[in-house]
Amino acid sequence: MHYFTEHKWIQFAALFAVFFVLVMAIDPATGGNFWRLQETSFWLLPDVVNDGLKFLIDDWWVVETYDAELDLTEESTMMKEFTRGLSGVLLFSINLIRELLLGGVKTVVAFTSWDFISEHEWARIPALPWPAVAAGTFLLGHYLGGRNLAILAGTSTIYIAVFGQWTPAMQTLSFVLVTVPLSVFLGLTLGVIAFKNKTFESILAPLLNVAQSMPHFSYLIPVVVFFGIGDHAGAVSTIIFATPPMIRLTILGLKKVSPEVLEAGMMSGCNPRQLMFRVLIPTARHDILIGVNQVIMQCLAMAVIASFIGAKGLGYDLLVSLNMLKIGQALELGVSIVLIAVVLDKLSLAWANKQVDYFANLPFHLRNKYSLTFLGILIFTSVIAYVASMFFPDKANYLYFIHESQGLTTEKFWDFIVDWIITNTYHSVQSFNFFMTTSILMPMKEAYLSMPVAATLLLVAGTGYIVGGLRSALVVTAFIAFIALTPWWDRALITAYMTTFAVIISVIIGCSVGILCSRSPRATKVILLVCDTLQTFPSFVYLIPVIMLFGVSDLSVLIAVIVYATIPATRYTVEGLSKVPQTLQDAGSMSGVNRTQRLLKIELPLAFPHIMLGINQTVIFSLFMVIIGAFIGTDDLGQLIMLSLSEANGMGQGIVLGLCVAFIGLAVDHLIHTWAEQRKKVLGVA
Amino acid sequence: MSTPPQPVIKCESVYKIFGDNAVKMLEQSGGKIETAALLEAGCVIGVNNASFEVHKGEMLVIMGLSGSGKSTLLRCISRLIDTTAGDIFIDGEDLLAMNAKELINIRRNKMGMVFQSFALQPHKTVLENIAFPLEVKGISTTDSMDRAMEMVNLVELTGRENDFPHQLSGGQQQRVGIARSLAVEPDIWFLDEPFSALDPLIRKEMQDEFLRLQSVLNKTILFVTHDFDEALRLADRIAIMKDGVIVQIDTPANIVLNPATEYVAKFTREVPRERVLSCQNIMEKYDASAKVSDITVSTDAIIETVAEAVLTEQQPVAVTDDEGKIVGVLNSKTIIHVLFGEASSMPVNN
Ligand SMILES: Nc1ncnc2c1ncn2[C@@H]1O[C@H](COP(=O)(O)OP(=O)(O)OP(=O)(O)O)[C@@H](O)[C@H]1O
Ligand SMILES: [Mg+2]
Repeated sequence: MHYFTEHKWIQFAALFAVFFVLVMAIDPATGGNFWRLQETSFWLLPDVVNDGLKFLIDDWWVVETYDAELDLTEESTMMKEFTRGLSGVLLFSINLIRELLLGGVKTVVAFTSWDFISEHEWARIPALPWPAVAAGTFLLGHYLGGRNLAILAGTSTIYIAVFGQWTPAMQTLSFVLVTVPLSVFLGLTLGVIAFKNKTFESILAPLLNVAQSMPHFSYLIPVVVFFGIGDHAGAVSTIIFATPPMIRLTILGLKKVSPEVLEAGMMSGCNPRQLMFRVLIPTARHDILIGVNQVIMQCLAMAVIASFIGAKGLGYDLLVSLNMLKIGQALELGVSIVLIAVVLDKLSLAWANKQVDYFANLPFHLRNKYSLTFLGILIFTSVIAYVASMFFPDKANYLYFIHESQGLTTEKFWDFIVDWIITNTYHSVQSFNFFMTTSILMPMKEAYLSMPVAATLLLVAGTGYIVGGLRSALVVTAFIAFIALTPWWDRALITAYMTTFAVIISVIIGCSVGILCSRSPRATKVILLVCDTLQTFPSFVYLIPVIMLFGVSDLSVLIAVIVYATIPATRYTVEGLSKVPQTLQDAGSMSGVNRTQRLLKIELPLAFPHIMLGINQTVIFSLFMVIIGAFIGTDDLGQLIMLSLSEANGMGQGIVLGLCVAFIGLAVDHLIHTWAEQRKKVLGVA
Repeated sequence: MSTPPQPVIKCESVYKIFGDNAVKMLEQSGGKIETAALLEAGCVIGVNNASFEVHKGEMLVIMGLSGSGKSTLLRCISRLIDTTAGDIFIDGEDLLAMNAKELINIRRNKMGMVFQSFALQPHKTVLENIAFPLEVKGISTTDSMDRAMEMVNLVELTGRENDFPHQLSGGQQQRVGIARSLAVEPDIWFLDEPFSALDPLIRKEMQDEFLRLQSVLNKTILFVTHDFDEALRLADRIAIMKDGVIVQIDTPANIVLNPATEYVAKFTREVPRERVLSCQNIMEKYDASAKVSDITVSTDAIIETVAEAVLTEQQPVAVTDDEGKIVGVLNSKTIIHVLFGEASSMPVNN
């Protein structure tokens, strides 16, 4: 008995034994509630959510509105007016920036009328010449991070322009330029409030947890209902999606400010406002800017996915070309997205790490040298563009604006490559696909689908109990029981099977690569750089090469998931191993262990908690990606979420499905975190 | 005799008790503080019944082991934390009765504080850090920069004013901290272990610097340290704390000569007495008929500085007061006693 309580692996073995006995014992035909929970009133939850939201929109707080144009008083609701107002503001801001970059008339029309525009040619906003934008990004890169960053940012812009993707790229950029400041503002405000008010923080914390484990798609559904379809709806879902990490990092940063700095501020006679804005926030600057970086990356990832609900830009074009299986075009678009992601990431990180400049004694022209240079370039490029347009009045003006049809393209080349790959590897890919599907994936899926609810819940509860005691058992069981109560248990099992498969492969690859790379400092650096870069790619982009090489199947989704989810596994392994204190390693060397022993006996056990956190990330990444994979075609929860998006009453269903996915993630997250914390305490590395 | 001048800081039975139960317990017992019961309820006692006064231009050093409540006491008097019970008066005004506005006001004009970890704002230059309290007050940028520059010169950091804190050494950073606390010309100066984070050589240098500043500025000072040597070097009076209680508050010499408890004695045991005691502490009665040496020493001369001179004389040396009147004599035997004798067998006068 003592042996049993002391050794967790025996407990697990016992648990699994009971689990398998239950799986055998419960017969699908006669198992009833033990096999699958029968329909209960819980199945009405989606409808309840639906009706609740409908009520909010259509009946709650009825107000009278007056339409000046029609001279009519109408009935409306507060919610409708609110969403209408918000949509208007968002759409106007996006259009304004968009037209500053690309030229246009909509913003002017908003203040005047179409007639005005057609009468006054001069009132159109001209597009910023692309060389001016390229120079601008070059200067910004130089200002924030020096020469290398300048070159990266400048050449990326030139690439996008030359390859004829200026329009969608600037559409995406304008979308990001509106959503990022709003998310940052919102996140900062909520973070500050949470920092000041403990009750608010404790309410916010679980919401943030759920929000950060909901798949991207689930954000789209309610937004469509409230805001309709278009750029503004995309912006709303993006803001909702990107704000949580900002809140988190704001709270974290503010909490990290040393109490003495705070007290020094108080003793300097700051009032509460001065204390917040002149002491706390500036001191937490670095963490807050890391938050800004996160927001930018999330906004960009979401900008791509928001194209499902009509946000224009690279994502939208990508979606269209993927739908039409124009792989070459998709690939080019993917490259542009990735370039924008990498540049924005590097720029914002450089901003976070940049020391504040000190100017006080400099003359005006030195203090403002970057703005002045940019102004000069702007005038110069505009003049050039204008002059060029005089010279080629009928032809394309390459110095001003390169239209999609005028840019260079490598489409043909890629299409050729894809064709070549398909014709030459068709048989091997097909047989690999066939082999994987019939001998591994299908049996695994069958096995998962044959898990009775009762056995699964027992397994989950038992695992929770062994890992973290009664509390953990209750928490994880509650998460999973929620799913069991919905009509989508089988779907969830499919999601679970795909995630499990992807996680297992990712962890094997990631840990091996990580361990190998951690053997040499150079390799460590390189692999971390690779992981950093890959992580900035919006997840959707990973689908492109996979479709290109493997076509549309479960397997290609899984491959995309594996590629994406291997990143955190690798990175955490490398980090964990390189963080093992040198003293412990030296102690090992002194007692005469060889390299392999040292790795197995000293480094791995110590790094293991950190590696587990990486595995946790792998699980979350996999889940997200499996859901996104629904775009290619799967039959799990993700597919249903995609379907709810286009259904008239799909809102409630979409939200509940999103919660199901989130709860799988949260259960795993809870288990791994609890375990890692305990383990760290035992090892004394917490 | 005229009425004694009002103390700048006056504490009366100040208590600070940490813990959620503290307030509840106090309410139940009708404001009466029973330490034993409080400890049992899981409260932590930070300051336990502290009463003392500090007068204008005086430096009181608060001294004690880690966790004895020094910082807590200082934070009570600067009202960074709320006092559980007792009264604190600053220039006769009830500190604890002040509202937020009055408190900000008194901090902006009367108080300055220096912190152990310097507590500089990392994103501000030296000059901006020093000017911060002035800008918070609403003084125009040029004026506050000028004033801050004066402070930079005062703490001898000229030429480094546009550096960022991370570019400075620990000692230099603390100079910035000192300059910042002095920028508003406060009357009261709080220093919480300002030199503890510095290595011994720099610490010594900073102490000298501090004494130089104080001789020019003559502030009322509360100085916290856990280093007894530092306390002896700087203090007019020392308050020794243990578990929140002030066990003894007295001049350095008296603390060395008459430690009130075993705890205090532990600090004083290692202290070289010749560095602390002055002539008046150990002189003997002057007998007009006895022969004295030609040289004289003053009453408040530290023994260490006169020992050699006294020992080389054949006759006892006369001790004179400020007016040159002989008030006592020093025997070489007494000096030898101070230098080499047992602490307990010391003949002392108070
Ligand atoms: N915010 C707090 N909450 C609870 N207990 C506290 C708090 N601040 C201080 N204490 C407790 O009050 C006691 C006195 O702490 P204080 O910081 O005043 O000690 P100190 O003499 O300044 O020590 P040190 O030399 O380490 O700075 C300690 O037991 C400490 O644990
Ligand atoms: Mg302290």
